[in-house]
Amino acid sequence: MTKNAKYEAIVVGTSAGGLNALFVLLETLPANFPLPIIIVQHRSKDKNDLLEEVLQNKCKVKIKQADEKEKIEKGVVYIAPPDYHVLIENDLTLSLSADEYVQFSRPSIDVLFESAAGVYKDKLIGIILTGANSDGASGIRLIKANDGLTIAQKPEEAFSPVMPSAAIKTNAVTHIWPLSKIRDFLLTLNN
Amino acid sequence: MSSDSKKIRELLESIRLVYGYDFTDYAEASISRRIQHFISTRKIETIDELAKIVLKDEKAFEELVQEISVTVTELFRDPSFYKSLRENVVKRLATYPFIKVWIAGCATGEEIYSVAILLKEEELLNRSVIYATDINQKSLKIAKEGLYNIENMKSYTHNYQHAGGKRSFSEYYIAKYNTVLFDKSLRQNIVFSPHNLAVDKSFNEFQLVICRNVLIYFNQQLQNRAINLFYDSLCPFGFLGLGSKESLLFSDKQKQFEDVDKKEKIYMKSK
Repeated sequence: MTKNAKYEAIVVGTSAGGLNALFVLLETLPANFPLPIIIVQHRSKDKNDLLEEVLQNKCKVKIKQADEKEKIEKGVVYIAPPDYHVLIENDLTLSLSADEYVQFSRPSIDVLFESAAGVYKDKLIGIILTGANSDGASGIRLIKANDGLTIAQKPEEAFSPVMPSAAIKTNAVTHIWPLSKIRDFLLTLNN
Repeated sequence: MSSDSKKIRELLESIRLVYGYDFTDYAEASISRRIQHFISTRKIETIDELAKIVLKDEKAFEELVQEISVTVTELFRDPSFYKSLRENVVKRLATYPFIKVWIAGCATGEEIYSVAILLKEEELLNRSVIYATDINQKSLKIAKEGLYNIENMKSYTHNYQHAGGKRSFSEYYIAKYNTVLFDKSLRQNIVFSPHNLAVDKSFNEFQLVICRNVLIYFNQQLQNRAINLFYDSLCPFGFLGLGSKESLLFSDKQKQFEDVDKKEKIYMKSK
């Protein structure tokens, strides 16, 4: 067993420039990828945007919008719906919340990361990609405090460096990697 | 399960026994987050310490309840929902001589005024009564006052227009300094009352029940309980409107409702 086999879930947070970054990360993943991935991409309240469809068009792995009390499955990528926070329950289902904005955002990356850290502890990988505010930094800190693995996109190559930089500033980021390296790392989980 | 999670369960169980407020079937992730938030803002160190305080001090308990049961919403949140109500439900409501609407979990009242405005524009408000209930007394008080921050009016106006609003939104309120007060005429047929979906029973028969973004805070059993309660509270062919990510999926009454608008989560009691 490799050391990677211990991980049980991946959470990803991104904002401005996130769509292109997500393509890079998700495009090469096989349909039977062994972990679930839960993503907060900041998005407008408009319920008619086609984020999930646009991603699915280029990806082999299954991509869907997170549903209320849905069981988390391996090999599925869940995207937070517009205007709701996503949280993880102890029984490994997804919960939605319409609580107030956190870091000016709903969905908020911090809300997802903090609840995921409490459930998955050291079996969680948290990834912060390009973005223009500091949502996710507090979540990254909590993932690290629970001995999870934390990764930030290298700010120099990010479309918007603010979000990965804010995460890195917490001193809780294990790896600062370019996107291509994060992608390659995800592929190593698939053995 | 983490030790915090166990302690939160114990706290909720004690609250149920001591005060009769039952949060034990609330979805844990959100309620934990709110309790943690309460702890951090009150400079309390641990959940054990919180438990000691609230079980001894009723006032502290009240404050905790206000914090963990508060919900936020906006006027005409999800304009497409209100548009669908207008297009698919209003005509059928108009066939009743007298219309009773229950807004369950009305929070600080934004939904109430949205529905009242819609009914007024469809000329149904003067023969309607809106029962507005929430577990949170502080929220109910705000709802009753009908005073809102003027800062939000721009986005509410935008929502109103996209919801198929027929007039100028500013006709419905008076602005003064930083607040707006909704028109008295909208409020004349509203009954405000505390009601707890986790423990209380049905109290009337309604043609329309609206309960949006409340069920997401419940676990599956409590969601089922609430939907049974709505079922029992609806007249035959009465309507139920839920939040855009909620559904009848976890309800054993699922087959006794028909879709009116699947996307907007509007259902009709059919059996």
